[in-house]
Amino acid sequence: MRFRPLVALLLLAGTGGAQAADLVVSAAASLTDAFQAVGKAYEAKHPGTHVVLNFAASDVLLRQIASGAPADVFASADETAMDKAVAAKAIDPATRQDFAANRLVLIVPHDSTAAINGPADLKAATVKRVAYGDPASVPVGRYTRAALEQQGLWDAVEAKGVLAQNVRQSLDYVARGEVDAGFVFATDATIMKDKVRVAATVPTPKPITYPIAVVAGSKQPKDAAAFQAFVQSAEGRGILAGFGFEAP
Amino acid sequence: MASLWVPLALTLKVALWATAINLVLGVAVAFALSRWRSHAREVVDSILTLPLVLPPTVLGYYLLVVLGRRGVLGGWLDRLGIELVFTWQGAVIASTLVAFPLVQKAARAAFEAVDPQLEGAARVLGLREAAVFFRVSLPLAARGITAGALLAFARAMGEFGATLMIAGNLPGRTQTLSVAIYAAVQAGDDHAATVMVLVVSATCVAALLLAGWLAPDHTRRSRP
Repeated sequence: MRFRPLVALLLLAGTGGAQAADLVVSAAASLTDAFQAVGKAYEAKHPGTHVVLNFAASDVLLRQIASGAPADVFASADETAMDKAVAAKAIDPATRQDFAANRLVLIVPHDSTAAINGPADLKAATVKRVAYGDPASVPVGRYTRAALEQQGLWDAVEAKGVLAQNVRQSLDYVARGEVDAGFVFATDATIMKDKVRVAATVPTPKPITYPIAVVAGSKQPKDAAAFQAFVQSAEGRGILAGFGFEAP
Repeated sequence: MASLWVPLALTLKVALWATAINLVLGVAVAFALSRWRSHAREVVDSILTLPLVLPPTVLGYYLLVVLGRRGVLGGWLDRLGIELVFTWQGAVIASTLVAFPLVQKAARAAFEAVDPQLEGAARVLGLREAAVFFRVSLPLAARGITAGALLAFARAMGEFGATLMIAGNLPGRTQTLSVAIYAAVQAGDDHAATVMVLVVSATCVAALLLAGWLAPDHTRRSRP
């Protein structure tokens, strides 16, 4: 009886952390829902393999992997993050491939009465706060900055900017009505259809593509490659398309 | 990372405001609790201590739900033209909340250590209750309160979780040092992060040393 708390503690210890048979997939925050579905489908086809998903802003994932986090697959929301991963020798560059594409959209709270129909309307004095990912570490922020710089709107919008830690945080800020508008990917706006409204699709200078690669230090590169192949298979692409991702 | 000075100045501003508010609020509550004779006293004390043990994200969530534009009080504040989310005032509220128990606990202990006979003597000599408080109780408890305030200042300097949730990350406006450190680490800017980490560490060590020096125990030992 006296040992019961100790046993409970040991049981708890067993549940944390990644186990040997786990395949750790670090994926961009915008892939959250799609990769959860992909992971389940992969597990169904590969009994015994447990897919552990780790979602954050791409640069945060890259930093974790470069610091030796035990990830096996890295999927980022832009080429810049993957370029940094290559430079840091964090991934196997031979395995790098684009697997999906997306679009940048400007969203407003669903009940917004502001006349926001495009990025140029963000200059209006009535628009006080605009959320987007921190361009220093979040791909959607880099796409936003590039798009707005091209249109000569960056300085005006930056003055109203609320920096989000990842794309889902900007989505949340808009959904809660804490900001007047925000930039997210088209796929993110879709998952909160009841709370946010797409005001405009914003053209980006560079296409929005998602690269995936096997992590250089992976202890199970074969399984990692199998997962990557599954993501790029017809079935994997079908799942991604169901969440609104386009082919690269 | 534009500069160290902007987030540093903002952090000091937020921490000083939070400490000042807590000096008034924490001391008032502590004095009331130290004089209140009721079984409910310890219950109230426990609730007021919650910010010390609750995860800052929980506090941040409460603040967002209450003070956000669509929050319980937020809509009402919005009509009055008061905006707290994504403002430095919001950061002050977050820091005030997390640091409150530090002042309250220290002040209550200091008030309870004041010899009631001295306060009684002051009353016998004709001082009103307010005068007894300001001329006898408060001066005698001042060292303990100051020590608590220094701890609160150090805690407010380092506040991160609740601040990020309510005040967000707006460079130059709500990006305090701890938020700037987080952003710099995420962006891989280790140099900027290191400089800011050292500044925060040094400030907090200085505040703790000063608080330790002012602590009542130390006073008794050094002044027999």
